[in-house]
Amino acid sequence: MGLKPILTKDFGVENLAQLSVYEHTGGYTGFKKALGMQPDALVDLVKASGLRGRGGAGFPTGNKWSFLPKGMYPRYLVCNADESEPGCFKDRYLIETSPHQVLEGVMIAAYAIGSNLAFIYIRGEYLPQYEALEGAIDEARKAGYLGKNVLGKGYDLDVILHRGAGAYICGEETALLTSLEGYRGEPRLKPPFPAIKGLYGKPTVVNNVETVSNLPHIILNGAEWFSAMGTPTGKGTRVWCISGHVNKPGNYELENGTPIRELIEVHGGGVWKNRKLKAFQPGGASMMVLLPEHLDVALDFDAIAKAGSMAGAGAMVVMDETTCMVDAARRYVKFFQHESCGKCTPCREGTFWMANIFDTFEGGTAKGTDIDLLLDVGYNIDGRSFCPLGDASTWFPRSVIKYFRDEFEQHVAEKGCPFKKVPEEAVA
Amino acid sequence: MLSKETADRIRESAARYPSKQSAILPALWAVQHEQGYVTQEAMGEIAQHLGLPASLIEATSSFYSMFLTRPEGRHEVVICVNAPCMLRGADEMTAHIERRLGVRDGQTTPDGAITWHSTIECLGGCGGAPMMQVDHRFEEDLTYEKVDAIFERLRSAPAPHEMGQPHKALAVPPVKGEKARSGAEGARPRGRKTQQ
Ligand SMILES: Cc1cc2nc3c(=O)[nH]c(=O)nc-3n(C[C@H](O)[C@H](O)[C@H](O)COP(=O)(O)O)c2cc1C
Ligand code: SF4
Ligand code: FES
Repeated sequence: MGLKPILTKDFGVENLAQLSVYEHTGGYTGFKKALGMQPDALVDLVKASGLRGRGGAGFPTGNKWSFLPKGMYPRYLVCNADESEPGCFKDRYLIETSPHQVLEGVMIAAYAIGSNLAFIYIRGEYLPQYEALEGAIDEARKAGYLGKNVLGKGYDLDVILHRGAGAYICGEETALLTSLEGYRGEPRLKPPFPAIKGLYGKPTVVNNVETVSNLPHIILNGAEWFSAMGTPTGKGTRVWCISGHVNKPGNYELENGTPIRELIEVHGGGVWKNRKLKAFQPGGASMMVLLPEHLDVALDFDAIAKAGSMAGAGAMVVMDETTCMVDAARRYVKFFQHESCGKCTPCREGTFWMANIFDTFEGGTAKGTDIDLLLDVGYNIDGRSFCPLGDASTWFPRSVIKYFRDEFEQHVAEKGCPFKKVPEEAVA
Repeated sequence: MLSKETADRIRESAARYPSKQSAILPALWAVQHEQGYVTQEAMGEIAQHLGLPASLIEATSSFYSMFLTRPEGRHEVVICVNAPCMLRGADEMTAHIERRLGVRDGQTTPDGAITWHSTIECLGGCGGAPMMQVDHRFEEDLTYEKVDAIFERLRSAPAPHEMGQPHKALAVPPVKGEKARSGAEGARPRGRKTQQ
């Protein structure tokens, strides 16, 4: 599908991060148009566009906005720029290349939900991206896009850029809000959902960077234009991050419904070193592994779910025939163990035990029964954890056991990893 | 004692948020920017400026892995060893870093120039793996030569805060007696699970 990109269409323009250049490409005309509309009409427009959240869960954005209880103020708009899902680097790209596009999206969302104070929560490791947004906010304030009586339309808006400090769990929306309030970033029980009781106990909308970046374009071009692209349940495009064993890793904005094959073989330049594809993983560290037989599945929430995985945050990790699937799963499990916030027992203890068992496979001391032990531990975490982090920590390892059980058995039989380490040339 | 500038910054950010408690993370960053790491004493000062109990500042701070609790080298080098980076040779690059710097994961070079460690936390640079962050800036598509050149530069470069950049760092003696960690084991645990 050779559709023109939406979010990244001007990304080749030099100095796009500067306000004047961004305005030259049509920047802030979406916000100006929005300011001339009734907030309710904007909510309806975004509902009609079919835009779904790009942060992982894929919730319809307009619907989320419409859940805010009538007449309850103040309300807050929080943009989730905590991107930390392993394999995911699209929000970083969107922010560093066009911080004003993100900011314009934030402003439109804030106006639509009737918020006078918006926040952008950015992960602590993204220092250059923090600086890009900081610069954009300064420029926008000086130009009158932010502050009291924005562009003389009687609307007040301020944006606070808030820097996280190294905790993946703060990407989960309730943990993010807790962190923003100055506490340890532990998730809260839902319901109440943030729309009812969010930041400081007030109605709050949390939207992802890529989600809000779509808004200026939807406002300018209309709901029909947007919903004409993509699949029946997945409108528009997504920015896919492709990494691992491909020739051209990077970010590619593709229309929803594009076959996975096109992402890997055309945009990603195919599997590197003329090797064969062994497996790939859409959606980031949490998501189940898929096989070459799934290459013709469409890049779409529903299609990928039907194939047994999830589109998640739009990360495609590609693994060639030399990959040790046990070690790949081990890294992810270690990641979840490290990032478990410790609030609930199944996740805190379970990820710890899974990581220990995985170490015995790589270390050569695993027994045959440890494969089922892993499944058993996984089964006791999934569905029993307080937030999705715990559940998700089990999905990739369990799917790897399902498709690559023989590799686990090989680790047991050969008392260690049967795969040679990546040869020198891989890094030279 | 925090500088007047840092104290002012802390009070300014407290005034911007609907709740002054929200200024805890910005305050911790401001302190780390000035002093290189965050001491108990500094947290006490933050507490005073914000009018909050010191225990609250400590409880929050210990949850987040990026606040340093002791002085480290002038520059911080962090290499990611999660799966997407592993696929492109992060382990080999980690071994090279250890060889070149001659100190273990988590340690500081004897000249006080560089503290390095590996992390299992994806740094958002998988598209340019193997990758590392140097003082929180991205260095991607690493080769051995590239890493060597970066280290060469860092040996003589002033710490980021000396160049007016918002990071951290003091020149300090190496940290001795650290237990070795490497590769996927390197993820340094800090605070996350310790309840205050
Ligand atoms: C463990 C965990 C981590 C998450 N990390 C992120 C993240 O880094 N960025 C993000 O936008 N959403 C993340 N989410 C999803 C958010 O909870 C939330 O659904 C999203 O920000 C809503 O925005 P959207 O509707 O625009 O997608 C995460 C969820 C979980 C459970
Ligand atoms: S599932 Fe894990 S991350 Fe989520 S609340 Fe429980 S311990 Fe914390
Ligand atoms: S996995 Fe290493 S930077 Fe993402």
